[in-house]
This record gives sequence, structure tokens and C-alpha cells, in this order.
Amino acid sequence: MATVVTVTSGKGGVGKTTSSAAIAAGLAQAGHRTVVIDFDVGLRNLDLIMGVERRVVFDFVNVIAGEATLNQALIQDKRLENLSILAASQTKDKDALTEEGVGQVLDELAELGFEYIVCDSPAGIERGATMALHFADHAVIVTNPEVSSVRDSDRILGILQSKSKRAKEGGKVHEHLLITRYDPVRVENGEMLSKEDVCDILAVKLIGVIPESKAVLKASNTGAPVILDQDSDAGLAYSDSVARFLGEDRPMRFVTPRKQGLLSRILGGGD
Amino acid sequence: MGLFGLFSGKKKTSAAAAKERLQILISHERQNRQGPDFLPDLQRDILDVVKKYVAIREDHVSVRLDRAGDASVLELNVTLPEN
Repeated sequence: MATVVTVTSGKGGVGKTTSSAAIAAGLAQAGHRTVVIDFDVGLRNLDLIMGVERRVVFDFVNVIAGEATLNQALIQDKRLENLSILAASQTKDKDALTEEGVGQVLDELAELGFEYIVCDSPAGIERGATMALHFADHAVIVTNPEVSSVRDSDRILGILQSKSKRAKEGGKVHEHLLITRYDPVRVENGEMLSKEDVCDILAVKLIGVIPESKAVLKASNTGAPVILDQDSDAGLAYSDSVARFLGEDRPMRFVTPRKQGLLSRILGGGD
Repeated sequence: MGLFGLFSGKKKTSAAAAKERLQILISHERQNRQGPDFLPDLQRDILDVVKKYVAIREDHVSVRLDRAGDASVLELNVTLPEN
């Protein structure tokens, strides 16, 4: 049985694709055969973040439509042998993702021996997003410490709890909160919601806090998941998050401001 | 918080304001979505019955379901116009 992990948020631009790429790469690094699927039909970007944009021949929708086999569409990652990528189509037809078609592809991926299927959900609550949510065993809710992102995450939680396959069968999707673009200095100054605030409001178990980091843009510039950059705070924070997902107990890092000099502390808070 | 912060007294931070606004909003939105599916229909039926006797508008009837401990309380508010 493969485990379906859906990375979702409701709001756009909070770091879903960055997180999907990092989590999938992290699971593969941990020795699990993993595939990451782009559900953003019409606006694919996972291929770019994974650095495989020039290797996409067939995509997810081609497979659903029977125009290509799954093996033709899967792109093997060149850095991690346990990792494959399934790109989204750039056709505009969102209705191409049918429940039956998506279900069939997921079953086939499980038969091929993948242990984890990471679904990169598009923003919004339309078809691509609801399809990615529907089959989730686990959901990673990516949230920025910012009001609109937190509110949208709560709406997504509502959909998970009422409309997902597991919920309809009387079960529950395992929910994990991943806070991204966290700035401990601003939190300390009372300018940003703290991780505790966000956890309180959403009532979901925290799986990780990714600090605001220059490494994320650098990683997307070069098409390498940021988790591979183990010299960066964001890369290490994603590694911790994946380890926690796999059941390890690790303390949170990068959640307090780096120690300032005495003088700058006396003269006034932060930037 | 630097020296200026210490002297300016306890002002509510913007993060605290964000948290408060979100808590109010989200508890309201959750109430709406967690309510059973029949609530809107119930509201419409009650409105129809009351309308037979008194002229009221849709927004004069509110139906809420609150949870108190292990019991649920159905709260009906019908505002009757004067006269």
C-alpha cells in the first residue's frame, strides 16, 4: 500500500510546490521510493522546481486519457534514485482530472512499488485541489504566519474533514501543519504570528517551521529541491520536518532570533 | 523590544491583533460549516410558518446550533416587528 501525502494550503504563493519538492526529496533520501505529482493542471511548475522541465514528454493528464503509459510519463530524478516526478499538463482543461482517472493512476503507482505519493495541490478549492485532497492519507497544510493564509488553511481543513475519501468512509486524514516563511525576529517584536499562535488557531499538530530564507529562491533558480542544500537553514528545517513525518522526535530549529549584540538590543528592536 | 518599547507602555502588538481577529473569524466560519445540513432548511420552514401569522423577513429568523459540553443547544431567534 502506498501512502498518499497531499501538500495543500488554499492560498497561493505560500510554498506548496517548494514544500512538495523538498518533502518528496526528503522521503526519497530516507530510502523510500517516492513519486511527486503536480496537480496544478494548466499552470505546472513542479517540473521547474525539480529541475526536470526539459525532460517532460508526457504528463499526468496524458496518462489519465490513456495517451501514454505511466512509465512513459514518469521522470526519474537524476540526483535521487528513489524519486520520480509526474508533471501536470499545460492544457487548460481542469476537468481532465476525474476522480476515477486519478484514483486509477494512484493505484498503478502503488503497484509499481512506490511507498509515498506526494501530491502537490494547486491553490484554491477548485477541481485540481479537491482531487489532490480527495485521496489523501496525510495532508501537509502549508501556512504562512499571516491572516489570509491561516484563514484559507482552516477552510482547507474543513474540506479535508468533510469531503475527502477518508472522511466519507468514516476515517480521518492525518493532518500536519508546516509553517513557512517564518521570521523569528519579527515574531519576537510582535509583528508576526508566532508558531504557537498559528497552532492554537488551527488546532493541527506542527510538523515543522521553515524560516524565511534566501536558500529557497536560490534552489528554485537552479531547479534543485531546497532540502538538498544542507548548508541552508531552510534545507535543514525541511530535513527535520521529514524526519518528524517519519516518526522521529526532533526539536524545532531556527525559531528564535539569532543572538544580537548587547548594543543593538539596547538601542532598539530589530530592523 | 528596545528602550523606546519599554517606555511606550503596553501597546497591543499587530500580531496580537491578527490572532484575535483570526480567532473570532475562524470560530464563526467553523460554526457555519460544522452545523448540520438541515439548518438552512429548518430556518426556511420556520420562516414560512411564522409568516402565516406575522409579516417578517428572512433576516428576522436566526437558527444556531451551539455545543455545550456533550449536549447541543438549538437556538432560535425570531424578531417580531412592532405592532
